[in-house]
Amino acid sequence: MQSVTRQDLLDTALEKLADGTVSHVLGWSRGTFDYEATPTLFSDPDTLRTAFVWNDFCGANLSKYLIKHTRRLEGRLLVFLKPCDTYSFNQLLTEHRFERERVFVVGVPCNGMADPRKLKAQADGILSVTAEGDTLSVETLYDGTRTLAVADLLEERCLTCKSRRHAAYDLLLGEEGEVQDSARFDEVAAIEAMSPDERFAFWQKELSRCIRCNACRDVCPACTCEQCVFGNPSSGVENKAASNEFEEKLFHIIRALHVAGRCTDCGECSRVCPQGIPLHLLNRKFIKEINENYGVYQAGAEVGTRAPLVDFTLDDPEAETVVRRGDDA
Amino acid sequence: MRKCALSVMPDLLRAVAEATPLYLPVDTDKGDALFTRWFEGADWSGACNTARGPKDLFFPQTEDLVAFKTAGKTVEVLDIRREQEDFVVFGVRPCDVKAIEVLDRVFLSEPVDSFYAARRNHALIVTAACSRPTETCFCGTFGIDPTALCGDVTVWKTEDHVYWQAATEQGERFLAALDGFLEDADDTAVTAQRAQTAALLSRLPLHSLRADAFGGGKTEAFFDHPAWDTLSQSCLGCGTCTFVCPTCQCYDIKDFDTGHGVVRYRCWDSCMYSDFTKMAHGNPRLTQKERFRQRFMHKLVYYPENNDGLFSCVGCGRCLAKCPISMNIATVMNTLGGDAR
Amino acid sequence: MQVKEFKPLIVAFCCNWCSYAGADLAGNNRLNYPAEVKIIRVPCSCRVNPTFILRAFQRGADGVILCGCHPGDCHYTSGNYYTRRRMAMLFSMLDYLGIERERTRVEWVSAAEGAKFAATMNDFVQTVTALGENKRLEDLRCKA
Repeated sequence: MQSVTRQDLLDTALEKLADGTVSHVLGWSRGTFDYEATPTLFSDPDTLRTAFVWNDFCGANLSKYLIKHTRRLEGRLLVFLKPCDTYSFNQLLTEHRFERERVFVVGVPCNGMADPRKLKAQADGILSVTAEGDTLSVETLYDGTRTLAVADLLEERCLTCKSRRHAAYDLLLGEEGEVQDSARFDEVAAIEAMSPDERFAFWQKELSRCIRCNACRDVCPACTCEQCVFGNPSSGVENKAASNEFEEKLFHIIRALHVAGRCTDCGECSRVCPQGIPLHLLNRKFIKEINENYGVYQAGAEVGTRAPLVDFTLDDPEAETVVRRGDDA
Repeated sequence: MRKCALSVMPDLLRAVAEATPLYLPVDTDKGDALFTRWFEGADWSGACNTARGPKDLFFPQTEDLVAFKTAGKTVEVLDIRREQEDFVVFGVRPCDVKAIEVLDRVFLSEPVDSFYAARRNHALIVTAACSRPTETCFCGTFGIDPTALCGDVTVWKTEDHVYWQAATEQGERFLAALDGFLEDADDTAVTAQRAQTAALLSRLPLHSLRADAFGGGKTEAFFDHPAWDTLSQSCLGCGTCTFVCPTCQCYDIKDFDTGHGVVRYRCWDSCMYSDFTKMAHGNPRLTQKERFRQRFMHKLVYYPENNDGLFSCVGCGRCLAKCPISMNIATVMNTLGGDAR
Repeated sequence: MQVKEFKPLIVAFCCNWCSYAGADLAGNNRLNYPAEVKIIRVPCSCRVNPTFILRAFQRGADGVILCGCHPGDCHYTSGNYYTRRRMAMLFSMLDYLGIERERTRVEWVSAAEGAKFAATMNDFVQTVTALGENKRLEDLRCKA
C-alpha cells in the first residue's frame, strides 16, 4: 500500500491547476485492466478527477515524457515523481533535455510497485483488483476472489530499491524516505562468479529471446537521442530486427555502453521487456564497475555532475587490470 | 470424432515428431509458452496462449532471400533458398488460426510470396480449442468461436482425454496415420465443454467490445478523429505490439554487406518506428500520432476494405498483455467506436 | 586429410601519432611481427568507438587490439584517458557476457617503441592463436 493516497495527489494537482501554477498535469490513468496504468497528460480538472489513478501499479517512470511535453506545450507542467524517477529527472536536467522552470515536481513517496507479471502468474483470468491495505483483493474467473499480499508481488527493482529519498522535488507529499542500503549488485556478482562458459550460456539464452521491439530503448530516460544509431540507415550499424546472435549482442552491448555512467538504474528496461530479459543486469554491471574503479557514482543524485565515462583521472586503472580484477578471489 | 487418453499424448506427439518435424507450445522458465520444435520430454503447454503466435513459423522475423557474390566486375546471384519440408504445428489457438488466414490474404494473393507459400503449403495445423480464456481475450469481437472446428485438425482437451476431429482432407490423413492411438468417441464431452467455455467467454471483461463501427469505407469517419491525440499521447513508439501481433505483416528488405558479398534479407518492420517506410525525404508519418493511427486504421479499416470485411485483428490479446503503457486496440475501439457514424 | 593451420585475423587500431609510428619503426628496424595483424590507422585511440571493435569481430576478426600513446602523451592532451575508461568498460562487459577476455587488449606504444610494438603483436597473435577461432562473437553471414 502506498503511504499517500490518490486523494492527496489529486488535491495537489487540482490546487496547482486552479491557482495557475501549472497548466498541465502528468500522471497516470487506469490502463485496460486494474493492474495497469497508462501515463497520461491532464489539463482538464474534470478528467483528472475521474481518470487519475495512484495505486500499486503506477510503476511507469514519467520523467522522459517531460522532454516531449515541454517542447509541445506552453506553460508549466506538474509531474508526479517517485523517488527513483527523480534520479532520471535530474539526469535529464544534467543533459539539458528540458528546462527546470518548466516543470513543477511533486515528490510522491513509494513503498514499491507491484509487478503485473507476478500477479498474473498467481491469478488466472483477473476480472478486477482492489487494494485493501497491504493486500490486493483479486477477483478471478477461475478461483473466485483471492487475497494476495502486495509484498509478494513487488517488482524486482523494488526489492532492491536504491533510494526512497527524492533527488528533486518542488513539493513533497508525505514523508521523505532514506537512501537504501540495497543488495542490488548481488545478482551481478553472482553472474561474475560463474565460469565464462556459464556466463556465455546464461546471456546467450537471455538475449536470444530478444525480438528487437526496442521497448527498452524507447522507455529508457537515458536514451534520448533524436535518432538512434540502430534506427539510422546511414549509421552503418542499423539493425531493425535481431537478424542473428551477433546483432542481438551488438545491440545490447552498445545500448548498455551508451547509457553507462548516465543510467540511474530506474529499471524501466526490464519492466517493459515483453520477453522478460533481465536487461537491468547489463546496466548494473557498468554501475558496479564504475563504482569499484572510478569511485562511487550515482547518476542523477545531483544535477550537473560529470558522468564517469566523459571524465578521467590520471591514475585510472588499465583496462587489463579492470577486467582481471577479482580473478584471485 | 476420435479420442485418446491425455496420458498417451507424450507418446502420440513423439510418433508425430518422428514422422514430421513438429512444433508445439512448450512452457519456458520465464513463465510463458512459445512454439518450440519437439524434443524428448517436451510437454504440451497448458497456457492460454503462447507469448508469440505461430506467425514466426511461416513468416520468420528475419529471413535471407538471396545472396550476391562479387568478383572483380562481375556479380554472381546465388539462390540460397532451401527445399521446404513438411511440418506440423500442434496446439494453435483458434484466434491464431484466423491470424494465419489474415496473413494468407496478404502473402498468397498475387504476386504470391514464394517464401511464405512454401511454408504454408508444407504445414499441417492442429488447432487446440480454448477452454480457459483469460482477461485479455476478445476473439469474440471479431466473430471467432474459440471452441469450434478449424485448422486442419482440431483437438479439445478435457480433464483426462483429448478429442480429435479433422476439418480438411489433409487432416483426415493425419488422423488416419495416428489410428493406433485413437478410438472412436461421441461428442458429448466436447459439447459440454463448449457450452462451459461459452459461459466463461461471456464473463470476460472485453466480452461486450464490438467491431461493428469499423470496417471498409470508414476512413473518413475515423481518420481525423480528435481522440487520436490523447490515445497516442503516451505511446513510446516501440514495436512491442507489432512484434507480438499474429497478423502484423510489414517487413523491410535490406542488404547486408558481408565483406565479400551481399546477403539480401527481410526482417519484420513496425509502423510504430520512425524509420518505417523511409523515403528520400524521411518517414511520411512525421509524428507518433500518425504512426499510431496507421496501425489501428490498418487493422480496423484499411485491411477490411481490401479483404471483404475481414479485420486484421483476431483478439488474441497479446498486445494488451505486453504494451509497456497499456494502450491498445481495445481502448482504441472503445474510444472511437462509441461515436462512430 | 591435412588439417589447415589456424591463422587468426587480428585487427589493430593504431593511433596516428604514436603507435602507428611505432609500427613503422618496427618495420624500419626489420623487426618481425605476424602478417595476420591488420592495422587500421586512427587519429587518436579515442576515435575508436566500441562499435568499431564489435564490428571487427563481426567481420571475422579473432582478436582486436587497440594501441595508443602512453597516458600523458596524447597528441590531443587527454584522448587516451577517455579510451582507457571506455575500453575498460567494454572489455569487462564482454567478459561478463562470457566472451574470451584474451581476444581484446589495450596497449600503449610510443613512436620510439618499435620493439615493443613487434613484441606486443607477437604475443597477442600467440595468445589468440591458442584461443582458436572466434566463435562467441561471430556473424556467420560474414564467414560463408
